[in-house]
Amino acid sequence: MPTVSLTVNGKAASAEVENRTLLVQLLREKLGLTGTHVGCDTSQCGACVVHIDGDAVKSCTVLALQIEGANVTTIEGLATDGELHPMQEAFRDNHALQCGFCTPGMVMAAIDLVNKNPNPDERTVRRELEGNLCRCTGYHNIVKAIIAGGQVMGG
Amino acid sequence: MAENGIGARSLRKEDARFLRGTGNYVDDINRPGQAYAAFVRSPHAHARINGTDTSKAAAASGVVGVFTGDDLAADGVGGLICGWMVTDKNGENMKAPPHPALAQGKVNYVGDHVAVVIADSLAEARDAAELVEVDYEVLPANVDTDKADAEGTPRIHDDIPDNMSYDWELGDAAAVDEAVRNAAHVTTLEIVNNRLIPNAIEPRAAIGEYDPASDGFTLYTTSQNPHVARLVLSAFCAIAPEHKLRVVAPDVGGGFGSKIFIYAEETVCAWASRKVRRPVKWTADRSESFMSDAHGRDHVTRAELALDADGGFTALRVVTKASMGAYLSTFASCVPTYLYGTLLAGQYTTPAIYCNVKALFTNTAPVDAYRGAGRPEATYLLERLVEVAARETGRDPAELRRKNFIPPDAFPYTTPVVLAYDSGSYEAVLDKACGIADYKGFAGRKEEARQRGRLRGIGFSSYIEACGIAPSAAVGSLGAGVGLWEGAQVRFNPTGSVTVFTGSHAHGQGHETTFAQVVADKLGVDFDNIEVVHGDTDKGPFGMGTYGSRSIAVGGSAIVSACDKLIEKGRKIAAHTLEASESDIEYDGGAFSVAGTDRSMSMGEVAFAAYVPHNYPEGLEPGFEESAFYDPVNFTFPAGTQVCEVEIDPDTGEVEIVKFSAVDDVGTVINPTIVEGQVHGGVTQGIGQAVLENGVYDGDTGQLVSGSYNDYTMPRADDVPAYDVEMYETPCPHNPLGVKGCGEVGAIAAPPAVINAITDALGTENIDMPATPERVWQALARA
Repeated sequence: MPTVSLTVNGKAASAEVENRTLLVQLLREKLGLTGTHVGCDTSQCGACVVHIDGDAVKSCTVLALQIEGANVTTIEGLATDGELHPMQEAFRDNHALQCGFCTPGMVMAAIDLVNKNPNPDERTVRRELEGNLCRCTGYHNIVKAIIAGGQVMGG
Repeated sequence: MAENGIGARSLRKEDARFLRGTGNYVDDINRPGQAYAAFVRSPHAHARINGTDTSKAAAASGVVGVFTGDDLAADGVGGLICGWMVTDKNGENMKAPPHPALAQGKVNYVGDHVAVVIADSLAEARDAAELVEVDYEVLPANVDTDKADAEGTPRIHDDIPDNMSYDWELGDAAAVDEAVRNAAHVTTLEIVNNRLIPNAIEPRAAIGEYDPASDGFTLYTTSQNPHVARLVLSAFCAIAPEHKLRVVAPDVGGGFGSKIFIYAEETVCAWASRKVRRPVKWTADRSESFMSDAHGRDHVTRAELALDADGGFTALRVVTKASMGAYLSTFASCVPTYLYGTLLAGQYTTPAIYCNVKALFTNTAPVDAYRGAGRPEATYLLERLVEVAARETGRDPAELRRKNFIPPDAFPYTTPVVLAYDSGSYEAVLDKACGIADYKGFAGRKEEARQRGRLRGIGFSSYIEACGIAPSAAVGSLGAGVGLWEGAQVRFNPTGSVTVFTGSHAHGQGHETTFAQVVADKLGVDFDNIEVVHGDTDKGPFGMGTYGSRSIAVGGSAIVSACDKLIEKGRKIAAHTLEASESDIEYDGGAFSVAGTDRSMSMGEVAFAAYVPHNYPEGLEPGFEESAFYDPVNFTFPAGTQVCEVEIDPDTGEVEIVKFSAVDDVGTVINPTIVEGQVHGGVTQGIGQAVLENGVYDGDTGQLVSGSYNDYTMPRADDVPAYDVEMYETPCPHNPLGVKGCGEVGAIAAPPAVINAITDALGTENIDMPATPERVWQALARA
């Protein structure tokens, strides 16, 4: 089997993978990073969103072998020195998660959303969040959290 | 209020692990040496199996076992059961056909389980599953609920000629007939309650693990009720005796009912782990979830509401056909009966009600409880009827509701459909909802929208539900195979921290926080020093699990009972230590004091004395933990009014929900933030049912047409607005916390509010859920 080498959450990582192995499978099954979740098989739900070289990407749409040498950040890599990222903090403060299953993808997508749309308004957040499904929260508090987290990130 | 006690907006304990990606869901668990299961599923809605050849699959790379229904039968593994016996109106038991975990000679819906392939890797298991050759003799499919019992419709189960499980009735048919004959006005509706597919974002998963040393099993599974799963898998499926089966439901990513039930997959994984002597893991992909999770709703109903000349409701007649799918799922039979017919009085004084329900088999996935379970179907029907009646008789819809509400001084109030409502403030809640919805200003907004070329409408939904499920004797008399109490254990550790074991199960509800707030309040212990443990049959007492908005009302009450026992024991210890009479000891907020003195002992000091009993009351057991089982004396009755406002683009038929206001009376609120979150989520599922979601089977082939997120329209962030949610607290009079439950209110209330708003905007009642742009456009074209 071929080997893929990349940087994950700031650390060098490499693993043998099949040609058909997806990035999300590499993360969950080979690297033990189970914070990235799989909620569908059609790239619709967004539970598996990670950052590749700073951009939010659904890790179920990427073959592991496609990203040789890339810099990947997952939900496990967001907190620094144990301190939550401002977006994680905003999700907690605004009760923007219930069962927690969509949360990692939602937070990763939210950070990218704010990076690309600083200080977004409600309409922008709702539109840009189209790639992420949540069945618990009705999005109300997620939208609040992203606006609040965006203000901290921008400030 | 204690800090982080009852009523506080405490931040959730669960969030730290979920936000860091360190939750522990079933698919995150990997056991040493585990193999992977892939299920061979029926591609046909209805077919006989004339033969199955597993030889190629068995010889494929990495395969360690291939099993069919014959292998399960040879090992004496029992089929899946339905745990609620409904009695037909003729006094006969419902018909519950065999439901083998793997098919035996026949498949009855697309996705039905035919065989399982177990291999070293998931990819190998799936590759080999493709090699299982099944000789199907395809039969005509029956997927139309309304025609399932018609002459000539294909028979699914050989001994059930009309595809009918039961023909059930409730209420006084003669009184209704007479009232309808004498009515000043009768409003009639034919209503489809669309099939929904639950879609918790975490797919179902299971790992079975057999341990030869103990001859016992561990099953990790996505369950809302691990003890019930253990009971059923032991007593009916014969996987292992109860004491040899541990069921663990760790972090579970949403349930909404769909993870109550005992499914084929976990049964097979547990059983197969002994056959192959390795842990066996299965995780559904989303396509499997769509095909094989129990679905919800799927009713076709004809109903009449009779009114007198003053607008008073005099009678309600309801005739419903309810699809059960191909088999009876775990609690399927009680959903369109005792969770539906009994709620048809709503918030109103309607004196005569009759309900008839025919439960019918179709070649579709089994239908069972989905968020609200029966109560959304009752509410949709009733609140559509009330709104239409108001329009037909020229009355204001809020005023017509006010006129017919059960007044606050009428409680306890026994309805004509069995239930005894304990409390309610229906008019006050409606008034508050009209206020936050700015009902008075609606006419102006409608006119302003008209000038922009858009149709604006407003709709009400005044709902009630029966929650806090349920008094065991009452449900037993109605056919339930279980008691519906809940268990709890509250354990002080010697250093003063507290571990709470509960039989409830959280899969998003935030029990670790809410229950800790209750214990912090009762025992005066710091919130951060309380840990709530659930989801493992080897830890804590037996429990019935979480569904039907029962956790705080039943599980929370059990925790309070255990706390009360600790306080009583603590009183004895404090009296001894403080050298006072027990009757002179007062307890308040975690401290025992001698009345009229400054002598006192904290709860922590009492706990320590109980574990280090050197100076201790004679005859009193050491240790400081108590268990309790709480069996409610009645259901609880959350109720409220939700108001939806929509704007429709007449050119495209697109519906925009522009304003949604909810006032919910869920009794005492423990954590307002969590309760509001439950309402937001429920309302969104209700909006989904009203305008987006539809479980569709092809009428000819029985194929599941809406079997992926490309085809089944889940609500997304830009489909819904921000919500105005407020509470009105009328405490429940019969449980110690005054709580009623909040998990289902939105899913129950929202669909009729949305459809009433859409029909108000359109000026026609002739539209079914989901009101997609196409249906709205066609309704406008017809109007």
